[in-house]
Amino acid sequence: MKKNPQTVTFTINGENKTFITEPDEKLLALLRREGYKGAKFGCGQGTCGSCTVLMDGRAVYSCLLYAMQAEGREIRTIESIGSHDKPSEFQQELIDGGAVQCGYCIPGMIMSATALMENETHFDDETVREYMDGNLCRCTGYEKIWAALRRVLDRQEAAAKTK
Amino acid sequence: MTTNPAASFKQVNHSVTKIDAKQLALGKNSYVGDFAPPDALIVKMLWSPHPHARIKSIDVSKAEKMPGVKAVLWHGNVPRNIHCTAGQGYPEPSPYDTFIFDTKVRYVGDRVAAVAAETPEQADAALAKIKVDYELLTPVFTLDEAMADGAPVIHDEPEACIPIPIPYEPKINLVAKVGCEAGDFEQGMKDADFTFDDTYETPYAQHCPIEPYTSLAHIDPSGRIVITTSTQVPFHCRRIVAQALGIPVQKIRVIKPRIGGGFGSKQEILLEDIVALVALRTGRPAFWQFTREENFRTGRTRHPIRVRLRTGVKKDGTITAIGMDCWNNTGAYGGHGLTVVSCCGSKVLPLYRCDNIHFDGKVYYTNLPVGGAYRGFGATQAFFAMESTIDKMAEAIGMDPLEFRRKNHIQTGEGSPVFAALGEGKEGTPMTVGSCALGECIEKGAAAIGWQNRTDWREKTGRFRRGIGCACLMQGSSIPHIDMGGASIKINEDGSFNLLVGATDLGTGSDTVLAQIAAEELCTTTDKMIVYSSDTDMTPFDVGAYASSTTYLSGEAARKAAADAKRQILKTGAEMLDLPVEDVHCEDAHVLNADGSKKVSYGDIACYALYAKNQYQIIGTGSHFTEKSPPPFAAHYAEIEVDTWTGLIKILKYVSTIDCGTAVNPALC
Repeated sequence: MKKNPQTVTFTINGENKTFITEPDEKLLALLRREGYKGAKFGCGQGTCGSCTVLMDGRAVYSCLLYAMQAEGREIRTIESIGSHDKPSEFQQELIDGGAVQCGYCIPGMIMSATALMENETHFDDETVREYMDGNLCRCTGYEKIWAALRRVLDRQEAAAKTK
Repeated sequence: MTTNPAASFKQVNHSVTKIDAKQLALGKNSYVGDFAPPDALIVKMLWSPHPHARIKSIDVSKAEKMPGVKAVLWHGNVPRNIHCTAGQGYPEPSPYDTFIFDTKVRYVGDRVAAVAAETPEQADAALAKIKVDYELLTPVFTLDEAMADGAPVIHDEPEACIPIPIPYEPKINLVAKVGCEAGDFEQGMKDADFTFDDTYETPYAQHCPIEPYTSLAHIDPSGRIVITTSTQVPFHCRRIVAQALGIPVQKIRVIKPRIGGGFGSKQEILLEDIVALVALRTGRPAFWQFTREENFRTGRTRHPIRVRLRTGVKKDGTITAIGMDCWNNTGAYGGHGLTVVSCCGSKVLPLYRCDNIHFDGKVYYTNLPVGGAYRGFGATQAFFAMESTIDKMAEAIGMDPLEFRRKNHIQTGEGSPVFAALGEGKEGTPMTVGSCALGECIEKGAAAIGWQNRTDWREKTGRFRRGIGCACLMQGSSIPHIDMGGASIKINEDGSFNLLVGATDLGTGSDTVLAQIAAEELCTTTDKMIVYSSDTDMTPFDVGAYASSTTYLSGEAARKAAADAKRQILKTGAEMLDLPVEDVHCEDAHVLNADGSKKVSYGDIACYALYAKNQYQIIGTGSHFTEKSPPPFAAHYAEIEVDTWTGLIKILKYVSTIDCGTAVNPALC
């Protein structure tokens, strides 16, 4: 018996695309199946944050969302951020600061930080914690990730003041 | 004054960028799950809902007919070869007590049957159609139940055995026992001004790496099985899968890509035999990733251990006796049971000077989740007991707990009878401590945490109380005469090198650290190293990432390989410069004479050796095992607040000061 194909259409990293999906397929499963493998499966329960992507600029757990919920939205994944030749500022700080150990949590961390930097102008510690507390790391104890992010945010704040 | 040898290093003891950091930060395909091809079958497991039961019958016929199902595996259609899942040296100091599938289940989460289907949903649907008829057996949930006369026998299979000559009595649920004595413990207790007899219990814990257990297998065009897996022990994995499936090691290639953390949990072969079998049976790639629930329930855990400490101390602070009795609950299978309990003694007892020592460790099966390797490996459990008792001793004699520790801890140049007495399934190796900066750790940590505030808080009353605690710790680096690592290194035309190591980087940065060590030896820079690790077809052997061994053990293998290559570079460089080899040396990726008037680059040397004259491949190899297990030391401090109404504990500040010796890469510490 053939099923009726169901589709979902959304913008992914700036490109409008249509994907075949099932009503119970999670966004994370669709993304990984379609080659956006930077978002990781960690817990499947919305607790670890390794699957974090941006939906209309907000950091979301793609393991909890159904693919269908992305209909008409703008999705961004780690694949849209940085390249070997030109990593983003935060990526470079993470690399230089020894903050990437096993690295499994890092793409999710970067997506949450991206949401933070795009949505806020003042980066007091409380606001930063609010944005980052959905991402767990088991290797580093967070210190180096925090310090790397703080360096980027402090520079951005300083730059904004001089404008 | 001795000079610090690290002072002249140009690569080692410098912060070098971790070589895989960028690919990971960019989210490039790096982990097992990223390499699963679109046509991979998805494996799911039916787990036992019972802690202890015999499988009277299984009917998989309906499951086999479900849509998308390509294979159903159960005890009736797989080889029955006894083995252990713990990835350790060979023969293992752990009992052979496991089959791919058995007719008995021994804990909630034990394997019953596996399904491989086109999609996860189809696999789950098929699992629901497997009918199992169980005969329920009395479960054993505590150490006391396991040790009781007439206790239910958890491993009654006739094949159960231990591959090395140590005690193993499955009929009384005894997995292992080990002990040692030094001096006269009873007399030591009599000589004390104060004696203590305390029993401590530590609970289960799961490592919870963010990447769950994940394995992928496919059959290559020549018919061999290629297993890509998130493992700390690729070579043990190959050996154990061969044993479980009853096929030669030659048939199997194990590749470890980047892995998303392990912390000991992935020193275990829990998925690889199944994906290999599915690939063999179907000819299709097979992919299996645990859910978080499976990771907690079926994944390995930290062994819960009961520690009884009987100790004596004199008023002047001399420790006159330490008696440690440990009972280790290994759960349903015995992997790492003996070695974890051995480390309770071997890593903990030498920390404080004491002439009269008694140690006894016993390991028992229960129908609970299975223990395994977990950072600290027994030392963690026993240190909880020891450090609690150390505080009690200090309090009894009215001495500051830090002062008491400083007075008694082992120092540079000192040994311990325990080092020689306790090894891994055999006697240990006598040694003295080559360097110990624990005193400095205690001092610096105390300053950082604000130890002086402690006294005031002790007077406080009311609902919320604060306190600061200290615990001192030691470990060991590699297992002498058991662990082994290998490396090879070859040169390319541009003076870059391929460094191949069996050592397993589980996110720790060991690929980078080994590259630094090789670069240092070769007088070049770390960025000239192309590192490839942990591939049983391509790289030399290494026991894997455990026993805190990689930097110390595999690092020396990398250094030896580099030294071997360097000898060849010098020889060819001298030939090119028309100088005797004694007159040249290596510096900044060149071979040159003493005043530098004649020099040739590594790139030119490589081209000469590969293309010009007397051609050969400059390639060095090195292997290493250790004679010692040098301990790192640490002092940890925690400032906490306790809600005395609810018992809730908040950690306000945590300081850990660690004497790791020379930090090879300070940025990664």
